[in-house]
Amino acid sequence: MRGRFKDQGQQAAAKRVQFASPFLPYLFLAPQLAIIFVFFYWPSVQAIQSSFYLEDPFGFGSTFVGLTNYADVLKSTEYFGIARFTAIFTALVTFFALAIGLLLAVKADGVIRGNAAYKTLLIWVYAIAPPVAGLIGMMFFNQHIGPLVEFARWFGWDIKVGLDYFDTAFAMIVVAVWKQIPYNFIFFLSGLQGIPVSVREAAAIDCRSELRRFWTVILPLLAPTAFFLLIINVTYALFDTFGIIDVMVKDKAANNPITLVYKVYMDGFRGSDLGGSSAQSVILMVIVLVLTIFQFRFIERRVHYN
Amino acid sequence: MFKTTSLAAIAVAFSTTTSLAATNITWWHGMAGRNGEVINEVAQKFNASQSACALTPVSKGTYEEALASGIAAFRAGEQPNILQVFDAGAATIINAKGAVIPAEDLITKAGYSFDRAAFIDGVRHFYADSEGKFVGMPFNSSAPIMYINDEALKKAGVEAPKTWEEFEAIAPKLKEAGFIPLVQSQLTWQFTENFFSRNNIQFATNNNGYDSVVDTKLKVTDPNLEMMFEKLKAWKDEGYFAFYGAGWNDNQKVFEDGKAALWIGSSGSFGGLQKTATMPFSATFLPYWSAIKGAGTNSFIGGAALFAMSGKSDEENKCVADFFQFLTSPEVQYFYHRATGYVAITKAAYELAQKDGYYKEKPVAEVGIKQLLLPAGEWSKGYRLGFYPQIREIMEREYGRIFSGEATVKDALEAIEKEGNELLARFAKTAG
Repeated sequence: MRGRFKDQGQQAAAKRVQFASPFLPYLFLAPQLAIIFVFFYWPSVQAIQSSFYLEDPFGFGSTFVGLTNYADVLKSTEYFGIARFTAIFTALVTFFALAIGLLLAVKADGVIRGNAAYKTLLIWVYAIAPPVAGLIGMMFFNQHIGPLVEFARWFGWDIKVGLDYFDTAFAMIVVAVWKQIPYNFIFFLSGLQGIPVSVREAAAIDCRSELRRFWTVILPLLAPTAFFLLIINVTYALFDTFGIIDVMVKDKAANNPITLVYKVYMDGFRGSDLGGSSAQSVILMVIVLVLTIFQFRFIERRVHYN
Repeated sequence: MFKTTSLAAIAVAFSTTTSLAATNITWWHGMAGRNGEVINEVAQKFNASQSACALTPVSKGTYEEALASGIAAFRAGEQPNILQVFDAGAATIINAKGAVIPAEDLITKAGYSFDRAAFIDGVRHFYADSEGKFVGMPFNSSAPIMYINDEALKKAGVEAPKTWEEFEAIAPKLKEAGFIPLVQSQLTWQFTENFFSRNNIQFATNNNGYDSVVDTKLKVTDPNLEMMFEKLKAWKDEGYFAFYGAGWNDNQKVFEDGKAALWIGSSGSFGGLQKTATMPFSATFLPYWSAIKGAGTNSFIGGAALFAMSGKSDEENKCVADFFQFLTSPEVQYFYHRATGYVAITKAAYELAQKDGYYKEKPVAEVGIKQLLLPAGEWSKGYRLGFYPQIREIMEREYGRIFSGEATVKDALEAIEKEGNELLARFAKTAG
């Protein structure tokens, strides 16, 4: 990420660095690789392995069942319902978090007086831990005391989070977007500030419409940042919203919407069904893999870094 | 409240570090709030009563989380000495032969005598094996009972209902008086599992799952259960019943605030309710249907039991046995009963409470135990079903759909039976 902002001279210099021993670079890489191995590769291999077994919760015995766990998951209409919700949730959260983050960044970038205060206030929310964000969100949407519920009642909408599928989905999306806006704001703002003043001035001479200048000059120059944020936001919506969802459904998913990763948790940790849960997490891994390949092959092509 | 909880925790931790020579044992539980504080008090009492053992209780969140943490810890060889497992998780831990030392074996090995008959009838079977040997030590035992907002009933000029038929008769009056006639806090425990107990109807094949895990099937499409949920749905539509989702407290809150007339809660809610209720309240038995033949039997024991995890040294196991002895002594039982509202599990403790005049002072506290002591029926002793926490999740989902109008009662019960039976078949494979 940081490399992108360096100029080419610096990058070329970085490439010329030589190590005295050929093993030295590997030594430097080792801590990072060890972390990736312990926290990613090893659990992944374990998940793939246990997805082929049916195991009792306490680990006394396991039976090889081949692809039965996968078949059970893919046969379930509930699972597809959850997958559908996850897709919609991810799309909406990513879109609104990016759009609002960008809008705020553009506006904050234009503010001259007191801009530090604006920026701090907008970035602030990012420091809130997801479960706390979930708790705050839950209070706003509380059936008995929630101010947003009172507010919606004026318009004749009786929000029932935890009871009505649509209302809970709405509340989850609002809280998830709210939590992610500051992050996107920081990156968009630094991206905007990285655009040279000379370019902006040249554009201003050529075109009077500010909106048009934004679409044709500023946005393409922001594309690398936007692409990076797209990937981060999709991952966020898929995985990091877990804390928010857990707090908002209050430990009882019932007929409320949940995402695929929450289902993995419910079956594996709450239901002690390790085989079925592992199969689901492998399916999730494949989805993320396909999504990442898609993003890099088809979207990144349109992004120009220089 | 946070302050007192953490202070108590520090005090417990401190008392364990000071007794250097003592054998340390740990107890993982799933209780919070006032009930969590009482656990710390019980541990402090135990630590103060002797010097050989030092007990440290650790809250692992909810019941479900305590079980999940216990399982994960067992797989990693880091299990606590004592794990609290709730009613729905009983099959999971009892069927995992070798994960726990049966409480009865542990106690007799430590040189104590163990008398099954000392326990009240309602608690004797749920955590025991097929021969009646106690695998888990019943701890916080509760029954679903009906709490009554006295002011609401007075205002409406009605008596508390004993049966659902009587409720139907008074519900319009309660509504007219400006109250929500009925709320409840857990449809799975109160309106499914205990519906089968209280109305003496079979819940699952293989003797409600007690006889074998192989080929056990749910019988939730029972026409009586269907009728119960059709009624609940109709009552909700008419404004006689309100439903605030699967969360326990969301539903309890309207009763605490004095807006609801009747609330189906737990006998264990009594301790907390004394502090939070804004109006005078009393309690009575969970209603049943007088139209169902043989109904009105006792409810089975709810709550949780303590399990002694295996893989620990003899010294530590001796300490666990000492603690179980301590816990079942009439004095400690009576203390716990008074502090929380969970029922006394031994006859001696119940007699002590009666002799002390506690029930004259607080008649609500006796309702749970009285309901457990009602005549038993063929199907009133509960169930033993594998992957049951997951089956409950399916029930919660489908019941939610009934009240949000996404599913009919018939479809919901059929979905529970189908998916539940698939889980039971899976469990049979893992246990086999």
